[in-house]
Amino acid sequence: MAAKVVTITSGKGGVGKTTAVANIAVGLAADGQRVVCIDGDVGLRNLDVVMGLENRIVYDLVDVIEGRCRLRQAMIRDRHLHGLYLIPAAQTRDKSAVSPSDMVRLCDELRAECDWILIDSPAGIERGFRNAIAPADEVIVITNPEVSAVRDADRVIGLLEAEEKGSPSLIINRLNPGMVRRHDMLSVDDVLDLLAVRLVGVVPEDEDVIVSTNRGVPVALDVKSKAGKAFRNIARRLRGEDVPFEDLDGGGFWERLTRLGRK
Amino acid sequence: MGLFGRKRGSARSAKERLQLVLIHDRTDISPAVLEALKDDLIQAISRHVAIDPGAVRIGLERDGRSQRLVADIPLKPVARRRG
Ligand SMILES: Nc1ncnc2c1ncn2[C@@H]1O[C@H](COP(=O)(O)OP(=O)(O)OP(=O)(O)O)[C@@H](O)[C@H]1O
Ligand SMILES: [Mg+2]
Repeated sequence: MAAKVVTITSGKGGVGKTTAVANIAVGLAADGQRVVCIDGDVGLRNLDVVMGLENRIVYDLVDVIEGRCRLRQAMIRDRHLHGLYLIPAAQTRDKSAVSPSDMVRLCDELRAECDWILIDSPAGIERGFRNAIAPADEVIVITNPEVSAVRDADRVIGLLEAEEKGSPSLIINRLNPGMVRRHDMLSVDDVLDLLAVRLVGVVPEDEDVIVSTNRGVPVALDVKSKAGKAFRNIARRLRGEDVPFEDLDGGGFWERLTRLGRK
Repeated sequence: MGLFGRKRGSARSAKERLQLVLIHDRTDISPAVLEALKDDLIQAISRHVAIDPGAVRIGLERDGRSQRLVADIPLKPVARRRG
């Protein structure tokens, strides 16, 4: 049994990488998968607070790499789900403390221990990004339906293709269905037409994300949240399940058809 | 104000602007390079066939994740000699 390594990256900062890693991990672990999340944002760690595990940190990624602890000792067990672990980033070091080959070695050691390794990449296209994508079997690029986020996503997709990482898949996060309906936000189709990559998920703008992040309880644990459902669906798609895309735009063909039918 | 007195949605501007920006980001071909290329093309082609330099159009087009250079070069009608 060898784990699959999935890295989530973006180009532009603040589009939802950390949120996506925490929630997809929850979705996978809730289905009984064994998941290890690695915070690759050395110097700006955040996955610990999003997962609500900040009080349990003893060792971090750089401690493992520099041999101050064993891998197992840096794996923090999740509070809610069995089989979910976090390896936090070092907070007082910078990205140069880690190299791409360190990440490959670490993931190779981890592969036997779990089903999925999810890596939270830092924003940008520098060292931290290189570290995060080095061990990846699959890369997911996340963007918001906004001009600068889409532009930066395109740049990262180009780099990944040039690195022969293969074509990444795409998550569109913070889609506001009302704005799309008013033609004041790029739709899913617009973004797909521009970026020309495979879609793996669409997550709506949802206040529940902020509320749950405040509590340190990922929104995917909330069965009533729309964003939570979207993240759980991404986890199912990663596992190979054919989950239809939610029609969040409200502009889709089927939606128009059912609306007509209701009249 | 557009059709039906409704303001055109900003999503369309976003998409149109991105279409142009992405082509240039991906190819690294600036409008200046494109102009120079066009002048060279006109020169080269004029040596062999009659064209109207003012009607030549050259541009970049997207095709999925790859781009292509597209030139539209209308030929001048051949002046046929009457037999
Ligand atoms: N679907 C959503 N709806 C509402 N808020 C969201 C959504 N997704 C993310 N956010 C919020 O957006 C902010 C940025 O998210 P996050 O930290 O996950 O981004 P990031 O890409 O990891 O940022 P960085 O580049 O700084 O690492 C957070 O405050 C988060 O709660
Ligand atoms: Mg982050």
